[in-house]
Formats: sequence, structure tokens, C-alpha cells
Amino acid sequence: MVDFSLWDILRNLLMAARWTVSLSLIAFIGGGLVGLLLLVLRLSKLRGAQRVVSVYVQVFQGTPLLMQLFLAYFGIALFGIKTSPWTAAALALTLYTSAYLTEIWRGCVASIPKGQWEAAQSLALNFGEQLRHVVLPQALRIAVPPTVGFLVQVIKGTALASVIGFVELTKAGSMISNATYKPFLVYACVALLYFVLCFPVSLVAQSLERKLHGNRR
Amino acid sequence: MLIALDFSAVLSSWPLLVRGVLWTIGLTLVGTVLGLLLGTACAWARARNLGPRSATLRGVVASYVELVRNTPFIVQLFFLFFGLPALGLKLSPELASVLAMVINLGAYSSEIIRAGIEATPRGQIEAAHSLALTPGQTFRRVVLPPALMKVWPAMVSQIIIVMLGSAVCGQISTPELSYAANLISSNTFRAFEAFILATVVYLALSILTRRLLMWVGARFLVGR
Repeated sequence: MVDFSLWDILRNLLMAARWTVSLSLIAFIGGGLVGLLLLVLRLSKLRGAQRVVSVYVQVFQGTPLLMQLFLAYFGIALFGIKTSPWTAAALALTLYTSAYLTEIWRGCVASIPKGQWEAAQSLALNFGEQLRHVVLPQALRIAVPPTVGFLVQVIKGTALASVIGFVELTKAGSMISNATYKPFLVYACVALLYFVLCFPVSLVAQSLERKLHGNRR
Repeated sequence: MLIALDFSAVLSSWPLLVRGVLWTIGLTLVGTVLGLLLGTACAWARARNLGPRSATLRGVVASYVELVRNTPFIVQLFFLFFGLPALGLKLSPELASVLAMVINLGAYSSEIIRAGIEATPRGQIEAAHSLALTPGQTFRRVVLPPALMKVWPAMVSQIIIVMLGSAVCGQISTPELSYAANLISSNTFRAFEAFILATVVYLALSILTRRLLMWVGARFLVGR
């Protein structure tokens, strides 16, 4: 039997952590784009758009991410497309992230006083211009801390992709633990690596929030 | 090519689904009650001017909260279930699941309650002190009820997140709803239908839970 040193375990986990980071970035960027689209759709006066977006948000916030991953994994296959854990995980996490981000951002837009919209309207700006030049720049400032904070949730969410066979940090952890018979050490290392990834992001979100509140007072 | 969906095989395994739903509800119930107790205790330990003044305790609680909030639930669960036996502490899947949920909710709810406590006017605490209430009494009777009332909607959302998170517990073979869906999918080879059905049930559960908890909050927290 090969003996695994702590360094072997850590090195292999670090290699796998790359995939956690890539998947998080894909989900965050993809989810941000879809979320922005949904936000604009929701703010527009299109008939039924508000309803559709709020049902979308409720479905993704009211069901487990694990089920969403399973449905993406088996659902894409139903259309005769060959599914890899990669595509399924990227798709499910993107949709999940978009639902949360669009809801977070909607709250930020709602906190912009109505007078700002009306002022923009009275300057004869159309809906797109009102959003682009008046409302979104102000909402953006408020939106940054909770958006950064949500990145932590996305990073932690990628851990569930291990269940459909995507080899990231958690999956690598269970594989290494099976090979080394050192589950306590391995899972402690896995948890530590997640902490190292997430804690700085949490701190940045916290300090951004403090700065923002400081400015408002 | 779209394969036609066929729910009949999945629906005929309804006893499995019912058992899964009951387990999910049970896990959530126990996890919520114990988790809120743990969270309240942690919030008390960390609250300024109220809790125990020991800096060590405060540091331990703060580390616990940050550690749990910055690692995935599934890793916490695997650590308890697969990791602890190496120390000679073997947990059943069900016990490990409940423990993981309590630890998780404890950390999140302590932060939520702390936000409520910080919104309590200082004069309230000073008034309680001047009535010669002990710090414990002040916390239980003066600070906690309005704090909980203020943050109840956030708390309800967190409880629902924990309930949805319990889907992961099926991975260590706790017989909850997602485990039932997995079992049905391997019995009937109808994976997509089984997971759609389970997802719909989860959605219904979360909508009902939100309604119920908001009602409980309005009934027992407001206007006391």
C-alpha cells in the first residue's frame, strides 16, 4: 500500500480546488448575466414579465440546489444531448445564481427613490436610458456588498456538483479519503480549503457594507 | 429527440415519497428547534453588555460561526459522518444529519439574532438594569423578544434554506425526500420524473413552511 503524506493529500486537494474556483466563476458570471437580463425584464412594463420572473425566482429559491443539479443532469439527456457533469453543473448553478442575484438586485433598485425615475422621465429619457443613466448607477453602489456576499454562497454551492460526479474539491476529498483511509484528516483539509476560499470574500463583503453604511450616515 | 414523460411508475411508489416527506419534515423540525436554541445561546454569548464577559468564550463562538458560514453544508455533514468515526465517535446517518443541521442553523441564526439585538435601543437595556434584572433576565425578557420579532422574516428564510439543504442528507442514506427520489429513480429507471416530482414536493413544502412560520411569527411574536 502506498503511504500518503499530508502534503500528497493537500496537493491533490489543491489541484481539485481549481475546478471549484472555475465552476464558481462560470456560475457567478453566467448567473450575473442571466440575472441582469431577468432584472431588466422585471423592471420593464412588459405584460406578464413581472409574474414570470417572480415565479422563476420562487422556483429556484424554493427547491434544493441538489434537485436542480439532478434535473439538469437528467433533463439535458432527455433532449438527446450527451450530458457531462460539467455542463449540467454549469447550467444548474448559473440558473440558481441568476435567480438569487436578480432578487438581490431588484431589492437594490427598489431602494432607489421613485423621484429619480420620475425625474429621468421628465427629462424625456426612455426606459432604457432611465435605467442606464439614472437608476442602475445608483443601484450598483448599493448592490456591490450583497453581491460579493452571495459569491460565498456560490462557492459553497459548487460543492453539491460532487454529487453528480463533477470532480471538484468535495468529490476529490471523498475519493482521497477512500484511498487513504484518513477521512478525518481529509475532510478537515477540505473544510479548511473552502474556508480559505470563502473567508476573504466574506471579509471583503463585510468591509464594503461598512463603508457603504458609513457614507450614508 | 424528446422522450415522453411517464409518471405512473414513479407515482406508484408513493409510500416511499410519503416516508421521505415525513423524514424531511421531522429533520427540519428538530433541526430548527435545536438550531434556534443554539443560535440564541451563541448570540447571547457574543452580545455586548449582555452575555458572559469571557473573551475566550466569545472568540470560540465567533470562530464557530465563521467556520460554519464559510464551508459547505455537505462538507460539514461528511466530516461528521465519515470523519468522526476515526476518533471513535460513530454516528448513525440520521443523527449525523440532525447534528449537521443544528450546527449549521445555529451559526446562521446567531448572526441573524445578533443583528436584531444590535437594533435594540440601549435605553431598553439600561432600563432593565435599573430594575435590577440580571443579564440573563434582561436578555430573555427585554432584548430577545423584540430582536426576534425584527428579524423573523430573515429567520424564516434561513429555516427554509436549512430545510432545502437537508436534501443533501440523503447522500449519507438518511431516508429523507431526496433519498426517496434517488431510490425511486433506480427502481423505476425514471430518473427525470422522480426528481421532478420530488422537486415539486420540495417547492410545496417551502411555500407551506413560509406561510406557517410567518403566521406563527405574527401570532406569537408580534403584539405580546
